Amino acid sequence: MADEVVVFRVWDSPFSYRVELALALKGVNFRRAEEDLKNKSSELLLYNPVHKKIPVLLHAGKPIAESLVILEYIDETWKQNPILPVDPYERANARFWATYVDDKCLEILWRACWTRGEEQQKCISEAGERLRTLETALEGKKFFGGDTIGFVDIVVSFLTPWMEVLQEMARIRLLEEENYPRLCRWVRDFSSCDVVKETRPPREKLVAFFATLKPPN
Amino acid sequence: MAESEDVKVLGAWMSPFVMRARIALNLKKVDYEFIAETMHPKSELLLKSNPVYKKIPVLFHKGNPICESLIIVQYIDETWTSVHPILPADPYDRAIARFWAAYIDDTWNPEVRKYSMANTDEERAVVAEKTFAGVQLLEEAFQTCGKGGNWFGGDALGYLDIALGSYLAWIRVTEKMSGLKILDGDKFPQLTAWADRFCAEEAVKGVMPETDKLLEFAAAMIARMKAASSAK
Repeated sequence: MADEVVVFRVWDSPFSYRVELALALKGVNFRRAEEDLKNKSSELLLYNPVHKKIPVLLHAGKPIAESLVILEYIDETWKQNPILPVDPYERANARFWATYVDDKCLEILWRACWTRGEEQQKCISEAGERLRTLETALEGKKFFGGDTIGFVDIVVSFLTPWMEVLQEMARIRLLEEENYPRLCRWVRDFSSCDVVKETRPPREKLVAFFATLKPPN
Repeated sequence: MAESEDVKVLGAWMSPFVMRARIALNLKKVDYEFIAETMHPKSELLLKSNPVYKKIPVLFHKGNPICESLIIVQYIDETWTSVHPILPADPYDRAIARFWAAYIDDTWNPEVRKYSMANTDEERAVVAEKTFAGVQLLEEAFQTCGKGGNWFGGDALGYLDIALGSYLAWIRVTEKMSGLKILDGDKFPQLTAWADRFCAEEAVKGVMPETDKLLEFAAAMIARMKAASSAK
């Protein structure tokens, strides 16, 4: 089909999930092209020669890489159910928090779950500060996007179920209700959205998958 | 000239990121006040307006602070819409411009910066190879994005021109300090010609630091960084 939409993805990736959630929010039909990251397809290497990573969105034969770039493209191409706000200042804020999550939160949250001992304590402490900062963006709002899910909510989707599963496995609790009431409420509200329920990977499958990964020494 | 809507840029002369905000405002013909940041120590204004990163540039418009240079450039483009569009009109072209801007900031520039901190010839050779591989990609991107025009943006200076062009003074400083010709006219003819064109642009001339002044600043900064890292 001329305007076929394909998402090169892996089922357990929170990055390709962002793309799928955005497309689902807009009611856009798409085909999933599952990748084996240990044996990348020639198509993936053709469509993302610079980074050789998922996700890649292919629309009408044209490839786009990098999840935040893809989200903006999706919003500009399919206008229903906008992901970004209309007002330029609010758009700037949404972009600010999305890049904050990617640049300052993801890695430290991951490391807090996979490291041990003193290093883990340091990571937990730092991750805690970043989450505290992130929480300020939720002040007075149900979702980061306001009354409905938006750009930042999609980017933060990593918190559920991925971070929940990882915390359980590492036997740590980063997102305690008493310390992060807004973020914890956000997790519940986000998780109860139909579109999220219908698109997210099954928790049990993620538990089984993460159990096969060895924690770094 | 657009009427003053209380537009200010908090920044410093040597920062490529601050340059981006100023070039964008210049292209839009927006008057603004430039507030020179004290840096050491950081001003109250900076700490209050950018509490998360505590970094320049900060754009102030109607009393609101906007942070992060590429976010600022997009804000400027989306606010002053009747003059000189900065991002391309087509969503796919916009995506490609955003992709390469992210590549420059997240992948290429961090690599180039490693050169001055490298201690051995071997380390320098690795950095040089990666630097040139990146420039080759950008030379090709210029042709794809520019579609035969003088700019990454085609017929007019655009987002990706600003993203890469803001680094030119620092690239020239790195070339002088390292003896490495990064923008080699033989290997990368399009980019080399583009670089001269960029620096000659009205919107750029007044905010591009002089190479010698920047060289002096860079030498002092690198000496400080090396002293700090060897003191650890």
